[in-house]
Amino acid sequence: MKLGVKAAHPNTPSKRRKELRKNLIAYSFILPNLLGFAIFTLVPMVFSLGLALTSWDGANQVSWVGLQNFKDLLDDSTFRISLENTLWYVGGTVPLTMVCALGLAVLLNQPIRGRNLFRTIYFFPYVASLVAVAVVWNMLFFPSAGPVNEFLRALGVANPPRWSASVDWAMPTVIMASIWRNMGYYMIIYLAALQGIPSILYEAAAIDGANAWQKFRYVTVPMLTPATFFISIMLTITSFKVFDLILVMTNGGPGRATNVLVMHTYNTAFRQFKFGYSSAIAMVLFALVMIITIVQFTMERRWVEYSQL
Amino acid sequence: MALTYILLIALALIMLLPFIWMFSASLKLDKDVFRFPIAWIPQNPQWSNYQTIWTRIPFLTFFYNSLKLTAIITFLQVATSSFAAYAFAKLEFRGRNILFLAYIASIAVPWQVYMIPQFILMRELGLVDNHMSLILLQAFTAFGVFLLRQFFISVPNELLDAARIDGLSEYGIYFRIMLPMSKPALATLTIFSAVFVWNDFMGPLIYLHSESLKTIQLGLRMFIQQYSADYSLIMAASLVSVIPVAILFLAFQRYFVEGIGTSGIKG
Repeated sequence: MKLGVKAAHPNTPSKRRKELRKNLIAYSFILPNLLGFAIFTLVPMVFSLGLALTSWDGANQVSWVGLQNFKDLLDDSTFRISLENTLWYVGGTVPLTMVCALGLAVLLNQPIRGRNLFRTIYFFPYVASLVAVAVVWNMLFFPSAGPVNEFLRALGVANPPRWSASVDWAMPTVIMASIWRNMGYYMIIYLAALQGIPSILYEAAAIDGANAWQKFRYVTVPMLTPATFFISIMLTITSFKVFDLILVMTNGGPGRATNVLVMHTYNTAFRQFKFGYSSAIAMVLFALVMIITIVQFTMERRWVEYSQL
Repeated sequence: MALTYILLIALALIMLLPFIWMFSASLKLDKDVFRFPIAWIPQNPQWSNYQTIWTRIPFLTFFYNSLKLTAIITFLQVATSSFAAYAFAKLEFRGRNILFLAYIASIAVPWQVYMIPQFILMRELGLVDNHMSLILLQAFTAFGVFLLRQFFISVPNELLDAARIDGLSEYGIYFRIMLPMSKPALATLTIFSAVFVWNDFMGPLIYLHSESLKTIQLGLRMFIQQYSADYSLIMAASLVSVIPVAILFLAFQRYFVEGIGTSGIKG
């Protein structure tokens, strides 16, 4: 208790009643949200682990199967492919989105006219619905007569890629679409961080004779590490949950070339009604996200520099 | 410097071209959509495409459903989040830290991890294929609490203490001081939430099956599947689905940008 005068006898009934009243008031503020949050988020979270240890079609008896679902995952080729595809997507999306976002932010952080207009334009794809974005990408990259391939042919490329219709190109196409869509969002986080770097650091570097690249390398990059750390975690978590973009662009195909973990979870649960097995896949997704997040946090000290300024 | 501008403009074009192409294609005849070189300004704009889309599928119903869900969920989210955020930011009570930790931790867990138990719960409550399921699942977010708490903390305690000395209750402080002072924060959460609900795809995909309940995103996908060769109509429908969010975004983008810059989160 920080407020007011401390009571002379801290355990008097009046003190306790005051304490109780304070707690009740606070909980009355939290309760509307807490009730919904507990029932519809926390309880399902706890249950998902239990569900992964059962076999259940959603209608008949629930039967306890222990780790059987996880053993079955080892022989499930769609699961293996989905896992590989997810890692491929995350591995492609996270670093490239970060580089693009940083590049955009550095460009925009200069004294230029129309900065707000550019910022708005770069950011816009992020708020446009994924379904609309995915469908326009598919049309632009239409293998036979889409504008992108027509353009490539006009440039003399005889056999342009078949993009999302090709086993080899489908994932790169999805990754490109996701970078295009998301980089404006992360650019804004970088831009905020760039604007927080004290100009005195650049002045000091200039006195030491640093050129533009050296200023970027030895001042900007280290000063941005907290933002980079934050963005890498956010991006990793969101990339592991990719679903909408892939469902509309490729529906997991061609073949299983873009089938990802969330899609496999969705199909197993809501098309095949294997709730227990699907929960096991969801647990693998959860474990992966947690492990990578924890690794990122343990590595934090090695490279993230928190400024004392 | 000239190079910077060239680069900025080229990038802006890359970001905008899909939308410009979308608009241009939406005004063409299907047979002209993929004609190359691209006629950016159609010779004979087919404005009637924008009428046709409403008659092919119940687009108006989908539009209405999305508006309804967006308005209700956003309102509830801002109301319950700001109420809870006030306590987390400015009141001391037993269990505050552990509770807040649970909130934060839940943000890091992808909701797809627990979507199946959520679905089973909703089915037991008889709310599958009912808008109520989405309202209940999305109205009480940890994200909103976290975002608003960050803003509320910056309101000086002296101000609140002065109000307490003047005899204002905590509810009075919340309604008469906190809320009016944090309009930018409330605006930020409002557009975050509205854009999220409007664009949400997986939630409605799981919970809404009747045609009369579907949202615009599901409707758009349905349209794409049913009329896969009507390219110009698909583009018109896609554009229409983006317009409400575009208006909201352009009107409030300052808050949106500030919200991301200061709290970063949401994905």
